[in-house]
Amino acid sequence: MTISHFSAVLLFSLFTSVVFGITQRAEPKMMVRFGALCFVLFVGGTIAASWVMWLIKH
Amino acid sequence: MATKVNYPLAAGDKGLVEESTSRVSPTTALIAGWLVPGAGHLLLGKWIRAILLMASVVGMFAIGIALKGKLYSPNTGEPLDMLGFAGDLGSGLLYGLARLLGWGQAPVLVAIADYGTKFIVVAGLLNIVAAVDAHSLASGRKHS
Repeated sequence: MTISHFSAVLLFSLFTSVVFGITQRAEPKMMVRFGALCFVLFVGGTIAASWVMWLIKH
Repeated sequence: MATKVNYPLAAGDKGLVEESTSRVSPTTALIAGWLVPGAGHLLLGKWIRAILLMASVVGMFAIGIALKGKLYSPNTGEPLDMLGFAGDLGSGLLYGLARLLGWGQAPVLVAIADYGTKFIVVAGLLNIVAAVDAHSLASGRKHS
């Protein structure tokens, strides 16, 4: 099996955010909100770090 | 599951105390959740959470294996390998099954396979977080 680096980021972020959302909040509505926040931060942080590395290289 | 119950406390006290009424002991929930991802929540009747946790941990572990990630072994003498082994062990029976079937033994040669190694370790760590959450629910420390 081979996947792109970005697909790996999305899968990692999805699974991790689901577990964080369920375990770190008590109410279902807050679980969804926290899970979504974690997902956005994981993916956004990775994209931001990628651009920083690109800028350092160029 | 938490309900309010009456206890004979001091005079003037209404005697309303929160107590866990779960019939599953916290230790059982913790160990079940560690051995089988989501089983702790399943024992506590949290079906949806159990399914989501199982899908996440098993999915992450399976993707890690499919990406040809490495399963760490005990007693290699390398501190980082020992940490990786501790993370892998968090997957409970999944780790034992993968070792029995000989998965994750090939050397890591490409970046994607290294991602697979990380997926396997993080799946174990997430399973530990989920098992501790089941323990907190069973003990009443987390109310719902």
